[in-house]
Amino acid sequence: MNLPWLESLPLLVDGLLITVQVAVLSSVVALALAAAAGLARTSRYAAIRGLAGTYVEIFRACSLLVLLFWVYFALPFLGIELSKVTAAVLAIGLNIGAYGAEIVRSSLKAIPEGQHEAGIALNLSPNERMLRIILPQAVARMLPPFGNLLIELLKSTSLVYFITLSDLTYEAMVIRNNYYTWTPHIFGSLLIIYFLLSSCIFITFRLLERKLTAWR
Amino acid sequence: MIAEAENGLKPEREEAAEQTGLPNGYTHLVPIVRYRSIQKSFGELQVIKGIDLDIYPGEKIALIGPSGSGKTTLGRMLMTLEEPSSGTITIEDEPLWQMEKKGNLVRASEKHLHRMRSKVGMVFQHFNLFPHMTVLRNVTLAPRSVLRLAKEEAEERAVEMLRKVGLENKLHEYPAKLSGGQKQRVAIARALVMQPKVMVFDEVTSALDPELVGEVLNVIKDIAEDGNMAMLLITHEMEFAREVADRIVFGAEGRIVEQGTPVELFENPQSDRLKSFLQRFR
Ligand SMILES: Nc1ncnc2c1ncn2[C@@H]1O[C@H](COP(=O)(O)OP(=O)(O)O)[C@@H](O)[C@H]1O
Ligand SMILES: [Mg+2]
Repeated sequence: MNLPWLESLPLLVDGLLITVQVAVLSSVVALALAAAAGLARTSRYAAIRGLAGTYVEIFRACSLLVLLFWVYFALPFLGIELSKVTAAVLAIGLNIGAYGAEIVRSSLKAIPEGQHEAGIALNLSPNERMLRIILPQAVARMLPPFGNLLIELLKSTSLVYFITLSDLTYEAMVIRNNYYTWTPHIFGSLLIIYFLLSSCIFITFRLLERKLTAWR
Repeated sequence: MIAEAENGLKPEREEAAEQTGLPNGYTHLVPIVRYRSIQKSFGELQVIKGIDLDIYPGEKIALIGPSGSGKTTLGRMLMTLEEPSSGTITIEDEPLWQMEKKGNLVRASEKHLHRMRSKVGMVFQHFNLFPHMTVLRNVTLAPRSVLRLAKEEAEERAVEMLRKVGLENKLHEYPAKLSGGQKQRVAIARALVMQPKVMVFDEVTSALDPELVGEVLNVIKDIAEDGNMAMLLITHEMEFAREVADRIVFGAEGRIVEQGTPVELFENPQSDRLKSFLQRFR
């Protein structure tokens, strides 16, 4: 079989690397924001709860694409110029982090009050109660929704096409311009690659979940 | 059943009562816990309507009464899980929910509560074991984190307690693998290992299948016979209360209605409330 567009495979590999880079970096940002904002929403200080709540409401509500445009095209007018990768990581991280914060908050809230009370009855300090009793159980609950969220994140990285960051999707479009008649093959391959990447995330979280919930 | 003297006191109390000439064999001691004019409301609902209660060192009190009468709330206030709306609780003559600051009594800080809590322990109706920890870890957690014991010493103490409740062969199981009775016995060992001076048992057999109640009550009887720890036993098990308690306190609608030795209360109840309450257990 003759597949001339495969000569452009190196381009696709370059794109893949960018996609993975953006996905990994924005996952780190999103997880950090989710942990910080999720914990802050359970704080005993109203100001901290309010701040975290505001972050979640704003960034969950705004369209990722508009946020991405804002960070990349609008911020320069305020004197802040970011590289394409940084802009992408920031926009995706802020957006997905807001969803993640809700997962963190609801997982913490789902731990029965009796667990807190048993910790108090044993005279553990508030920090020790959080660290040794609440968090380990909450993290186990967070894993499945976080797995889904990171798959969501991976798929949303293709939006960086619109700020002309040369990710997987962007490169596929480039190749398509040169091998127009092969469009089904090119986009078919694209779908398969995203599917494989998603599977990596899915399997990782399954294994983690199995390991961290052996006690169930 | 433990033999009872005519006045309804346990033998060792009888002796103390004779020596001191005081009625219940405890009153010559200084109470370890005093509830004074305690009231508690949840929003509009007043649950505790003025309670005075002394608990003496080593004394076993069974707190009985209809559900909703405020028994759990009374125990939870001692465990610092619920703050009284008014009144004071003292442990060893020190206010629990207040502390002295520049000559004034102010609301207790977390640090004050932490210090006071080391004298109290509690076993809950629904066990509240930590599901992500093995039996052994459940029992060593507090000795290690709070008492800062070395791992070996904490484990030694924990194993000793687990032997006392008959679970030394379950050290490395997770709670999910245990029966309700076994879970509750782990919870008892977990509270005991901190060596509190007074321990609250809040209906610890109410969530158990009937055939598992006995094993837990037997463990509590053993602990009661060991001696020094005061116990506030909230229970609906009247036979058990009668066997274990030095004093029965009957409460209803947020007040103490009647109290006395098991014989006094069970054989000769005074109030209509108590009479009709006891009818239901005949
Ligand atoms: N945290 C709470 N908030 C509101 N009402 C409560 C709370 N805890 C207990 N109550 C109410 O207080 C009353 C007494 O409860 P409780 O102390 O559990 O009684 P008991 O243990 O004797 O059954 C009940 O009417 C109960 O619904
Ligand atoms: Mg109760």
